[in-house]
Amino acid sequence: MKVGELPDEHGHFGPYGGIFVAETLIAALDALRCEYELARKDTAFMAEFRYELKHYVGRPSPIYHAKRWSEHLGGAQIYLKREDLNHTGAHKINNTIGQALLARRMGKKRVIAETGAGQHGVASATVAARYGMECVVYMGAEDVKRQSPNVYRMKLLGATVVPVSSGSKTLKDALNEAMRDWVTNVESTFYILGTAAGPHPYPMLVRDFQSVIGEECLVQMPEMMGRQPDAVIACVGGGSNAIGIFYPYIGHPGVRLIGVEAGGDGIETGRHAAPLSAGTPGVLHGFRSYLMQDENGQIIETHSISAGLDYPGVGPEHAWLKDSGRAEYVAISDDEAMQAFHDLCRFEGIIPALESSHALAHAAKMAPGMDKDQVLLVNLSGRGDKDINTVAQISGIVL
Amino acid sequence: MSRIGNTFRALKAQEKTALIPFITAGDPDPELTVPILHALVAAGADIIEMGVPFSDPMADGPTIQRASERALHYGVGLKDVLAMVAEFRGTNTTTPIVLMGYANPIERMGYAAFAAQAAAAGVDGVLTVDIPPEECIGLADALAAYSIDMIFLLSPTTPASRIKLVAQRASGFVYYVSLKGVTGSANLDLDEVASHIPVIRERCGMPVGVGFGIRDAATAHSIAQFADAVVIGSRIVQEIESSPREQLVDNLSRFVRSIRVAMDTK
Repeated sequence: MKVGELPDEHGHFGPYGGIFVAETLIAALDALRCEYELARKDTAFMAEFRYELKHYVGRPSPIYHAKRWSEHLGGAQIYLKREDLNHTGAHKINNTIGQALLARRMGKKRVIAETGAGQHGVASATVAARYGMECVVYMGAEDVKRQSPNVYRMKLLGATVVPVSSGSKTLKDALNEAMRDWVTNVESTFYILGTAAGPHPYPMLVRDFQSVIGEECLVQMPEMMGRQPDAVIACVGGGSNAIGIFYPYIGHPGVRLIGVEAGGDGIETGRHAAPLSAGTPGVLHGFRSYLMQDENGQIIETHSISAGLDYPGVGPEHAWLKDSGRAEYVAISDDEAMQAFHDLCRFEGIIPALESSHALAHAAKMAPGMDKDQVLLVNLSGRGDKDINTVAQISGIVL
Repeated sequence: MSRIGNTFRALKAQEKTALIPFITAGDPDPELTVPILHALVAAGADIIEMGVPFSDPMADGPTIQRASERALHYGVGLKDVLAMVAEFRGTNTTTPIVLMGYANPIERMGYAAFAAQAAAAGVDGVLTVDIPPEECIGLADALAAYSIDMIFLLSPTTPASRIKLVAQRASGFVYYVSLKGVTGSANLDLDEVASHIPVIRERCGMPVGVGFGIRDAATAHSIAQFADAVVIGSRIVQEIESSPREQLVDNLSRFVRSIRVAMDTK
């Protein structure tokens, strides 16, 4: 099995992925897989998807050379793929448009979604409004508190936001609740899953819709500076922005692929959200991958400053890329991410999402040890307006 | 033949339907679990389903989620559940025990180790909600080596073509989920369920249990007319949840006995 030709027909990426769901959902996943097989070969469907990305999202997103920050760091040149400039302010919209078009194709009038930071919830509420569908977003009660501006945005867009108070009240619990809704309303409802995880075909489908990020980079980098970057760096929670920029680069062995997980208080403290760096394989939310779990196989609570990375699992293709050695995975602590957040604000006039700040922080670690003609391409997956309350709170400022 | 097979054969000879109550192991606390198991048998249970607590019970409604949380509060894990089964087997060697839960605790222990320890404890069947037949090979082989039955769910959304696949992998009995939704949901359509059971029994060639949404004696009576087993979960967990600790076993016994009587009434 070669990297880049996966998953197999049962959704396996080596030992990872698969379909680990209750019987009630099997038929719905089967229907989705069949519909997507037809849609991806349907030129009209793909043309509409590309049209929407261009005219509604504003693609292609530019690549920006962060010159002042690179000079300050004194090594490699850092380039940013500006997914923060997309409509709704993050990469999430690429996937929600694709899935909403599939939902419409399947005649579903109601969509549901889970959300952590609220970016996927906003992107889902947005496309539901755009295509005239009912939208229900499940969000951990803890995240509802942390991300109140996004909660209001979803409501403005006409969505119903349901706070989830079970378990750790974060993204994983929102996902549990969305799955329960789907099991109950499977005939009328399309589940817009937000990350490259969950049961097959979701990891493949989300990757395919997000791959537009990397495909654009493949063209833009040579145009901008005559060659591909030395490394591509992206943050990894569930892993959708990372797989989106990595996937088209898998066949370019000269380009290192580096995924950055949320190190929270530090890997050594156990208070983090870095399953690839410090977890073990297991089964959760319909797929097998690396997980944060205890010796009894219970999922343990994760810790990250960034709600969007606060997830105990990771997409199965990342687990496979890690084991195969094609991609490397590292962790960045809350403090390091905060430093990068402030640096990008001050040196480049860009407020990055706290999620993306993890990728930026790793670039900042690598750059000083590299030559000035080397190039790091960072996926700036979202903008940080949604995070200003969190950042202000950490800085002891009341807004 | 397995304890599960023997049980169904004996019931068939008596023209009775199996009553399968569900409890979550460790709910409301670990000390009460084995006494509850014995009380369920005394009240008329033929087979017992024991839920293995899991942190993320995706297919369960709020009632069974809370049962899992109560058990997890005491740190009850798969090893503890097996120890409870072994203790129960100290004085009961006939009533089959089926473990019901999610894949990850078993994945974590390892399929072979789990099968060996489950057999040693006296477990008769395993139903893993999130391991469908397509993903079951490793676990199925491990369980088969110890003659532990692997039980699967069938749902109203399972197409006819798939029932055969499930039947190939299943042993002991199959469990028909009588409604779309999570455990404990409302609105059971009896006629719809009744129409499915003969077809499933015919295709699978083994007993068919019906569960999800059976809340009272009247419904249990109706289901018992066409199913081989009636599974009651959330309603029993509710009884555990709402009873003071000292009255819990009595309340539970009274409720299960009322179901037994209703099921045995022709």
